Amino acid sequence: MMRRLAVYLKNYKMESILAPLFKALEVVFDLLVPIVVAQIIDVGVAQGDTGYIIRRVLLLILLALLGLCSSVTAQYFAAKASVGFATKLRQSVFDHVQRFSYTELDTIGTSTLITRLTDDINQVQNGLNMGLRLLLRSPLVVIGSMIMAFTINVQCALTFAVSIPLLFAVTFCIMFVSIPLFRKVQGKLDTVTGLTRENLTGVRVIRAFCREQGSVEEFERENRALTHFSEFVGKISALLNPLTYVLINIATIILIQRAGVQVNLGDMQQGQVVALYNYMAQMIIELIKLASLVITLNKSLACAGRVVKVLEVEPGMQYPTAGKTADAAAQNAVEFSHVSFTYAGAGAPSLSDISFSVKKGQTVGIIGGTGSGKTSLVNLIPRFYDAGEGQVRINGLPVEEYSKEGICQKVGVVPQRAVLFKGSIRDNLKWGNENASDQLLWKAIDTAQAREVVEGKPGMLDFAISQNGKNLSGGQRQRLTIARALVKEPEILILDDSASALDFATDAALRRAIASMEGKLTTFIVSQRTSSIRQADLILVLEDGHLAGKGTHEELMQNCPTYQEIYYSQFPEERPTKAAGKEVLA
Amino acid sequence: MSRNPQAKGKLSLKEGSSLHAFQKVMKFIGRYRVHLVFSILLAAVSVVLQLYIPILFGDAIDGIVDKGQVDFELVAYYLSRILVLVLVSAAATWVMSVINNRMTYRVVQDIREKAIRHIQKLPLSYLDGHSTGDIVSRVIADVALLSDGLLLGFTQLFSGVITIGVTLAFMLSKSLIITGLVILLTPLSFVVARFIATRSFRMFHKQSETRGRQTAIIEEMIGNQKVVKAFGYEEKASARFAEVNEELKECSQKAVFYSSLTNPCTRFVNNVIYAAVALAGALLILAGNLTVGGLSVLLAYANQYMKPFNDISSVITELQNALACASRIFELLEEPAESPDPAEALSQVQGAVEVQDVSFSYDKKKKLIEHFSLKTKPGMRVAIVGPTGCGKTTFINLLMRFYDVDGGRILVDGQPIQQVSRHSLRRNYGMVLQDTWIKNGTVRENVCFGKPDATEEEIKKACVEAHSWEFIRRLPKGLDTVLNEDSLSQGQKQLLCITRVMLCLPPMLILDEATSSIDTRTELQIQEGFEKLMQGRTSFIVAHRLSTIRNADVILVMKDGRIVEQGNHQELMAAGGFYSHLYNSQFDRVS
Repeated sequence: MMRRLAVYLKNYKMESILAPLFKALEVVFDLLVPIVVAQIIDVGVAQGDTGYIIRRVLLLILLALLGLCSSVTAQYFAAKASVGFATKLRQSVFDHVQRFSYTELDTIGTSTLITRLTDDINQVQNGLNMGLRLLLRSPLVVIGSMIMAFTINVQCALTFAVSIPLLFAVTFCIMFVSIPLFRKVQGKLDTVTGLTRENLTGVRVIRAFCREQGSVEEFERENRALTHFSEFVGKISALLNPLTYVLINIATIILIQRAGVQVNLGDMQQGQVVALYNYMAQMIIELIKLASLVITLNKSLACAGRVVKVLEVEPGMQYPTAGKTADAAAQNAVEFSHVSFTYAGAGAPSLSDISFSVKKGQTVGIIGGTGSGKTSLVNLIPRFYDAGEGQVRINGLPVEEYSKEGICQKVGVVPQRAVLFKGSIRDNLKWGNENASDQLLWKAIDTAQAREVVEGKPGMLDFAISQNGKNLSGGQRQRLTIARALVKEPEILILDDSASALDFATDAALRRAIASMEGKLTTFIVSQRTSSIRQADLILVLEDGHLAGKGTHEELMQNCPTYQEIYYSQFPEERPTKAAGKEVLA
Repeated sequence: MSRNPQAKGKLSLKEGSSLHAFQKVMKFIGRYRVHLVFSILLAAVSVVLQLYIPILFGDAIDGIVDKGQVDFELVAYYLSRILVLVLVSAAATWVMSVINNRMTYRVVQDIREKAIRHIQKLPLSYLDGHSTGDIVSRVIADVALLSDGLLLGFTQLFSGVITIGVTLAFMLSKSLIITGLVILLTPLSFVVARFIATRSFRMFHKQSETRGRQTAIIEEMIGNQKVVKAFGYEEKASARFAEVNEELKECSQKAVFYSSLTNPCTRFVNNVIYAAVALAGALLILAGNLTVGGLSVLLAYANQYMKPFNDISSVITELQNALACASRIFELLEEPAESPDPAEALSQVQGAVEVQDVSFSYDKKKKLIEHFSLKTKPGMRVAIVGPTGCGKTTFINLLMRFYDVDGGRILVDGQPIQQVSRHSLRRNYGMVLQDTWIKNGTVRENVCFGKPDATEEEIKKACVEAHSWEFIRRLPKGLDTVLNEDSLSQGQKQLLCITRVMLCLPPMLILDEATSSIDTRTELQIQEGFEKLMQGRTSFIVAHRLSTIRNADVILVMKDGRIVEQGNHQELMAAGGFYSHLYNSQFDRVS
């Protein structure tokens, strides 16, 4: 994992070596201070040499100044390296995601990708910054203090050698016990949060069934459980401070006692006792810092691991660099021959053995229940997914042989979820064709029945759409996404249940407008409504991923029971009288 | 700062309401007065001891003068005292944390309980007008921040003040001159920290603004990556991202660097103070006014003295933050509740609903339903039709008294609904909404939602009649399967909601047909479930299916929130208005 991330630090090699080095330099200056103070006491004070004292104090200030300089230098390099690293990492994760095909997007999930790009990388940046600055500093101070203690007096320094590992052990023991407990607290808090949300989203149902009291009782039960558990965990984690405090002070007591013996023997001077005492104090502070640093680093390492996982996912789809051009004289716009398709990780195929062909300029309706494979089928045409078996051909050429741009230009898709982006209406429509003229945009808007939408907005084409198109209604968004696909002037247009928010009249007008477009536009309409597709030249009826029927409305009414069932469920009054058992009595 | 007078005005306004919020918070804390007093006492004990112990160490060091001049008895005396005091101080610290924890968690618990109770009584107009996320964050996050910030901030503030006072007192007991020196020099470190903070604030501001823009691009592009791919927009997306990313790099590097200067700089100032104390101390020892042990104490204090100042300044921002949260919580808690319920109850009803000259609108400036009247006999079917978003749910809101009418009145069996308790009215209605709400819990809990004491027999019977038994049976643990957001399909959820009503069998129904995303088979089952429910009951159906509409006794045609037509299918078709247009468009052929 480290090797994978190290690449992004390559441009900051110098910075990431210099930052800890300068930090280490600062530690050296810091560690010299108690020695100098000891000299002031043992030499200056003992001999009453005022000049010596002043010189040593000036030395202290010089040490402080040097410490400041090296620390500032270290901070500068650390900031430069960590931010630079994070910037590069973020860009390459973003670029990497751009190469993902639908399959990778499905398996990882877009919300996960967003978290990786934002929170996780920020955490990694913080961790790296802290690590560069402190990871070397704290242990250096701790170990340095001990070494300095040894240079003063070996007997006394042994106290350091024993207390340091002991302190580490206690700190990590308590952290080790309490971290999983805190996770449990989080789990209980999630339950309480969930219940609060439930009380709000379900308010109508709760009130309709007069269950206010019951809801409150359930909430209070969980809420109290959370309180009790939090108090319990709090008791454990609150042990950390007093325990380390007691340990350190016991160590200091032993230190002073030993020092007394050493001084009495004449092996040490009083000032050196003060120095040892100061080293002990310095060490405590760094030890506490180190503990919190370890927690932060641990967190950011976990984040780094998650980011690396995204980078390790290889895009599963390859495009030929020089795509072939299709035979212009080909009769069939789209052909499926024995196509089967299974989603990554799914147990059963979503499409099996689908074959049909569509002539240029024809309209194809696709109908079937939820989960019957309608969207899966149309997603194979622009090669959002690769078919597992069989072949999908556009203009006679297998889809795999088109370049990425080639196939993208040929097929225009209006997805189920109408998504628009922050920017003007014009910006959004130009997604289909960067160089589209306003005239072309208006033509597409007209066909998509969106003229009243655009004209009703201040600034018309320049109207600013907010993020996710929140300032437009569902139906307005749908019409604009249709216009966006039309701006591309595709040869094949796919409407994936994309008129669901339109009322019947607008839906019908839209279909009429698309049918009367000039050129040989091949159209696929996916819908739940038979009224939307009954006029199609070819209707594909899907059931559980199988083709349950294909033909015109009239043909299917004759020979496809699945189609008949769907049709009559929507138009029960047209059901032949002998089958009218389900007819509702008024 | 002075360049923005508006921000200043806002701040003072905020402070005024903060004070107000503070008083209200104190009411919640009042219950834990005893805890609070103990916490403060213990904080004082542990702070005083922690500061006193270095002095004792200094005294012990004073007993270690030179070769052969060590007073072991004195040293042992001080060290044993230290040991006892260390233990006492540690115990005090621990007990204080436990008390603080208890106090914060209990206050959180109390406020949350009060909030959830209050939510049950809030008018729906408030709940509909505020996003769920916003209210949840008030009840969960704001409450936690409030209690953490306020209580912990309070104790920290208190121990900070004690620390400063006691430190000064102890230092004074050692040397007047050095204490004066430290008091004079410490503000320097503040000035430095302040200077850096104001400089880096601007860069932080720029950083967070740029980061905000970057997050927006990430959410938009990655969140809709499939659309990006479908239009071949990948490279442009990358380019747009790179632009903001580079910008962020520039200001982030500056912000991170400048803010990380605070520590080294204040440390430098502290070191200079330390040197000054060492100089003054050494000279004082020479003059015979200080001992070596005393100097070591003063040196230790010189460093410690700074810390509480930094703590206090951070505590103050935390307190301000906590009070801001408090006012958000109290905004919710003080939102006026629904009008009180009359004691009179609506008894078992026949189901004759009469709407008399009712007017209603959500926004009083925009008229919606006006002078609407309708009379139904028991067992009648009323279909409500109209394009999406035309306000069909408004009518349901009025029937169920989720909202109160502005003018006119609604009667059930001749009794005005505003004169009976809400519970007694709602018990007589069964409601199945299109927006299916399923509780996180078992299937059984969900089915028994309206009748918690239903027997196993009754539950099964209801499931079978509502056509939900078939899928419930196949769930891993049947009725005891725990459900969450996505363990059921939309259609199954709706069947479950029908079962929920089937178990109670109230005399009047409100049903909302699903528009899409349900496969034909389930849809048939749902229709059959609806049919079964409606037998002999007054029903109001938000209808999308023509069969339902055509079989209704009365059709209410709504458009733009208004009822534009009313009558049965034949009458409305003959009238040739909006309804006939809507109906015909469904059969419109593409020529």
